[in-house]
Amino acid sequence: MALLEVRDLKTRFYTDDGVVQAVNGVSWEVDEGETLAIVGESGCGKSVSVLSILRLIPQPPGKIESGEVMFEDRDLMKLKDDEMRSIRGNKMAMVFQDPMTSLNPVLTINQQISEAVTLHMGMNKNEARERTTELLELVQIPQAKDRLDDYPHQFSGGMRQRAMIAMALSCNPQVLVADEPTTALDVTIQAQIIELVKQLRDEIGMAIIWITHDLGIVAGIADRVAVMYAGFIIESAAVKDLYADPRHPYTLGLLGSVPRLDMKEKEKLTPIYGLPPDLIQLPVGCPFAPRCDYRIERCAERPELIVVAPGHEAACWVDITKERKQQWVPKTTSCLKSRT
Amino acid sequence: MGSENNVLLEVKNLKMYFPVKRGVFQRRVGDIKAVDDVSFFIRRGETFGLVGESGSGKTTVGRCILQLYRPSAGQVVFEGEELTTMKGQKLRSMRREMQMIFQDPYASLNPRMTVGSIIGEPLEVHGISKGKAKRERVQELLKVVGLNPYFVNRYPHEFSGGQRQRIGVARALALNPSFIVADEPISALDVSIQAQIINMLEDLQTELGLTFLFIAHDLSVVRHISDRIAVMYLGKIFEIADKDELYHNPLQPYTQSLLSAVPIPDPVVEETRKRIILVGDLPSPEHPPVGCNFVTRCPVKMDICEEEEPEFKEISSDHWVACWRVN
Repeated sequence: MALLEVRDLKTRFYTDDGVVQAVNGVSWEVDEGETLAIVGESGCGKSVSVLSILRLIPQPPGKIESGEVMFEDRDLMKLKDDEMRSIRGNKMAMVFQDPMTSLNPVLTINQQISEAVTLHMGMNKNEARERTTELLELVQIPQAKDRLDDYPHQFSGGMRQRAMIAMALSCNPQVLVADEPTTALDVTIQAQIIELVKQLRDEIGMAIIWITHDLGIVAGIADRVAVMYAGFIIESAAVKDLYADPRHPYTLGLLGSVPRLDMKEKEKLTPIYGLPPDLIQLPVGCPFAPRCDYRIERCAERPELIVVAPGHEAACWVDITKERKQQWVPKTTSCLKSRT
Repeated sequence: MGSENNVLLEVKNLKMYFPVKRGVFQRRVGDIKAVDDVSFFIRRGETFGLVGESGSGKTTVGRCILQLYRPSAGQVVFEGEELTTMKGQKLRSMRREMQMIFQDPYASLNPRMTVGSIIGEPLEVHGISKGKAKRERVQELLKVVGLNPYFVNRYPHEFSGGQRQRIGVARALALNPSFIVADEPISALDVSIQAQIINMLEDLQTELGLTFLFIAHDLSVVRHISDRIAVMYLGKIFEIADKDELYHNPLQPYTQSLLSAVPIPDPVVEETRKRIILVGDLPSPEHPPVGCNFVTRCPVKMDICEEEEPEFKEISSDHWVACWRVN
């Protein structure tokens, strides 16, 4: 059985302008030690879906309409608030995008990390301080002992994100949710953080849910990928299958939109035209249909996720692989490789 | 440097120091050396990419070129004319030729102005057209950047990020400039929209014969769009080369680690890739290290690197490097 399983999660926001259909029936699961990447552009519901799982959606205006989240034989959606609190930050931990705003500026690093271990693991002050030092060393902060009583502003961006990771790891979580943890960082620092998370994953064996918009990061860290669009998962597959043989036109479009550093010759990018739909007025049919090159009449009907290959699901009426073989020249080199 | 006559812009020993003031009397106690002795040239019709991490001084270079900051030292020669000493009306007329596209499409458009007045403002300021002629030109510009010409009376909040960036581009094009500084024009946008803007900039360049200084932190995008690339670090340019030369034959250790840090959207490639992971962070530009600016993080530093700054030299044709390992 999977470590964490999400079934048919729906989240809505009731605003003055109307009902925002942020997450529309999302299901996925993640095993022990596995890394699931949730990919999508801003507003696709990737953050809202994991915040819903952790029950961190402000209610109102938000409301989790339906869904089951099975973790250790319990449905997190049915837990009382204090039961949920004992899981959050303990067995399930989070790292957020902006290390600047997610640390409290008036508390020292030690106070912030100690809080979690005193609360969840019942340590006293001295034990907590020791544990904090250990954690800061684990995330490779130089001279960790001397930096315990520093305030967040005395840390650089990369170090703050390390401190956030230390905090998340403080209670040996089984699931780590990382919401765009490297987006605010520079590339060389991003490489440091990714390397660190990979190392820690292999040492500790936790499951990671990594939310990002960057297909490059996904390629390097994920085992499986779920691509989200307009609150739906439109494709999910093992990472290599997804890049070698994308089955949804949106995934294909995303891959065609990013230039590759290792390109052999300059090729024109193939962007997706138009804009994502308004989540207050979702189209009745396939949400991607208005921007899709492969659109057929049937797209007025909403496609469900179907299995297109072992371990590979896509929500599309058209078999784009077949279509592309006939008409399209595959763009990325990896597509070429998989075909020959 | 750059004695050829197809050079549009030449930057010589550019320095931009911002004073650091402290205490009750706001005494000047030091300088932030945002740009410290930078030289390069840009050829007519090319896209010159400037990459670096935050705080490397790349935006300051762009702003110094347009004289939005008056440089502390050095020269900026545009079409044979020295800009750093130019003032008043003359500078204003030179600015017609040089425009800027900004990073944040939300902050760089005045929310109280209509699209028509945003794009039309430069036309009026420079006394090029008014009234009906201005309106027609604005509509034409909207068409050029792929927006509906009927949008003239709308306000910025009615547009998405990508559309706003198009408005920013239309404003930059209004005066028919020959040179555009694009300062991270796509980093605030979503992936699928980024590609739209990149393609548009490329098309505009071919159609209008523009020269670009493309400032960005994303090396994959810079390699895609540029002809030549300069790598900046802590106020210095470490390496300049043709984009393919820079990718295949990077000589400066920072360039090498930067290239290796960029993720490639292909799991098969990523699996076997060797990364050079740099330790530590960018030092403060207020107290740059003695010797080479990269010495605190360099994986292959030597003794001399901590003593003396390496000279910025042309190693082979069009390939410039500042590194003791190479010199």
